[in-house]
Amino acid sequence: MGEIRIEGVWKYFNKGKVAALKDISLTVEDREFMVLLGPSGCGKTTLLRCIAGLEYPERGRIFIGGRDVTDAPPRSRGIAMVFQSYAVFPHLNVFENIAFGLRMQKRPNEEVTRRVNQAAGLMRIEKFLERYPAQLSGGQRQRVAVARGLVMEPQVLLMDEPLSNLDALLRLQARAELKRLLQEVETTTVYVTHDQIEALSMGDRIAVMEIGEIVQVDVPKEVYENPATLFVGGFIGTPPMNFMRGTVKSVNGASAITIGDQVIHAALPAHFQTGQDLLMGIRAENIEASTQSSPDAVPARVLVVEPLGSHLLLTAQVGDTPIKVQTRIDFPVVPDQTIYLKLESNQVRWFDAETGVRFESGEKMSVV
Amino acid sequence: MSAQTNAMRTPLANAEEMPFNAAANKPTLAKTITRLLLYAAAITISLFFLVPIYLIAISAFSPQQAIFAYPKALIPQTLSADTMLFFWNARGVQSALVNSVLVGILALIFSLLVGAPAGYALARFLFRGRDSYKMLILTTRAFPIVILSIPLAVNYIQWNLYDTLWGVAFAHTAMALPTTILVTSSIFIGVSRELEEAAQTLGCNRAQAFIKVALPLALPGLAAAAIFTFVLSWNETFAATILTQRNRTLPALVLAQIADVGAPLPFRYAGGFFLIAPSLIYIFFMRKYLLGMWGQVVK
Repeated sequence: MGEIRIEGVWKYFNKGKVAALKDISLTVEDREFMVLLGPSGCGKTTLLRCIAGLEYPERGRIFIGGRDVTDAPPRSRGIAMVFQSYAVFPHLNVFENIAFGLRMQKRPNEEVTRRVNQAAGLMRIEKFLERYPAQLSGGQRQRVAVARGLVMEPQVLLMDEPLSNLDALLRLQARAELKRLLQEVETTTVYVTHDQIEALSMGDRIAVMEIGEIVQVDVPKEVYENPATLFVGGFIGTPPMNFMRGTVKSVNGASAITIGDQVIHAALPAHFQTGQDLLMGIRAENIEASTQSSPDAVPARVLVVEPLGSHLLLTAQVGDTPIKVQTRIDFPVVPDQTIYLKLESNQVRWFDAETGVRFESGEKMSVV
Repeated sequence: MSAQTNAMRTPLANAEEMPFNAAANKPTLAKTITRLLLYAAAITISLFFLVPIYLIAISAFSPQQAIFAYPKALIPQTLSADTMLFFWNARGVQSALVNSVLVGILALIFSLLVGAPAGYALARFLFRGRDSYKMLILTTRAFPIVILSIPLAVNYIQWNLYDTLWGVAFAHTAMALPTTILVTSSIFIGVSRELEEAAQTLGCNRAQAFIKVALPLALPGLAAAAIFTFVLSWNETFAATILTQRNRTLPALVLAQIADVGAPLPFRYAGGFFLIAPSLIYIFFMRKYLLGMWGQVVK
């Protein structure tokens, strides 16, 4: 019932000179938590505003709950929105802020009181109902904004970076709370963020956007493990995925790939040509570092050692490509030392060197 | 300033650090001189405006003989309401006062009705020619009313607006509009667009979002703009004189009395004081607000 279907939406800015959204199609299932993730300027907020009706796309249709709302104003779309600045009304107290939408619907007083109290209870702001926004902290204002949306019992809840104005500690807490809350209310939610950790931790699915296009839509685990493009791999994860440029070679009749002057034996699918350029992608935690050389390990020179409490983050150079390696905290290493890296073969991903698109897995492109 | 902030940033652990004092001293001397000059300028400008106001005020509240005395006493010997009462009871003054108030209120209403939406549009919408429009608003102030007055008077006669309060109010509205538009636009810029958008997602159409959210938040600023128009209209003499014959506003009446009849000194002083009083009161109460208006009105 609260399904969102976006079909071929284009949105231009600056009198048609800049396309902010290029042929976006996306379906958000009923009760799904969809995260729109991308760097600033990728069009994620514009897409959210198109769903809200605060922007109108030049082309394409938008359906909410099966109804074409492309030309409908925000008030008749069955949506509620939480703004980045919270947009809590400064001239109304918390109660009247939350009640605003219900008052617009001319609900009877006792219903307004009951529903406002219920929403305030859900957000744990019952104690502040009489206060004005100026007397609230950032975190409390954010709760008022969420309560004001939820009280409407919308088909769709839209959130535009609701946590980005909170400080780091509060943000962590608010993230978990928001996730619990949204699991409870089971509203279809579209959540915009540029914070990949937020996206990974909260979303049922993530739509990763890059300059006006959706490059991948999938569950967090897939987006993290099998990024569709170089961009997704580089944007998601701390540290981002490592990429090494290599060339397909044939060594003693078996396929191999050379990275700098390193030869890595790999079972590559037949359609890869000798001499073809590839990008090999692997995450820092899928590389095993050792101080002992072994035949299947790649030597690397350590550039930087960063102890991060629970583990060490090494920056090491393979050929002339710096890569990130995660090791246990007591791994004995100093800068300039040579270490030996074993790549977890089933975690290696191959990308087209020109387009940055990942080659489909299941083709057995592992390192042997 | 920058030297000081830099010094502040040096680690506090090294408390006996000499450069801190050395760095702080020199700019302080320069700053003191700048500050002294600034104060001297401020005092000079204040005196330039305050001395005449003071002289008019003490004369307005002195007995009639004291007004003709020369040299004048800088501190009034006796206070009396005679002079003010003389003015108050002079022929035409009370009806001119009523005219002035009516014209002021009309001008205030018209300028808000026309100017506030224009200011809102300037604040909210990017439209073709927006910057030129802003320039155009300002250039209307460049046309001296002296040049416009004769054609205006001719047209007013044709439109049957001549010698009416409406006519004067329209002229004052036109004069107040540039300020009203620019001031209201700065007020509406201070009201976040997201607030209105939030209202729209909560069931308002554009107009309701404006009335329920933007307007209440802008109200104090709009009130200041409205009073500004009133004071402008209250003080305006030239257009009021040209465009009326019998239905004079107060400044026009005072001017006419002085120019045509050569009104006696008590009338001049009392009239002068009576005319400047509202502006003084307005500025006194609104000064903080007027300064804040250009910064941030609504947080």
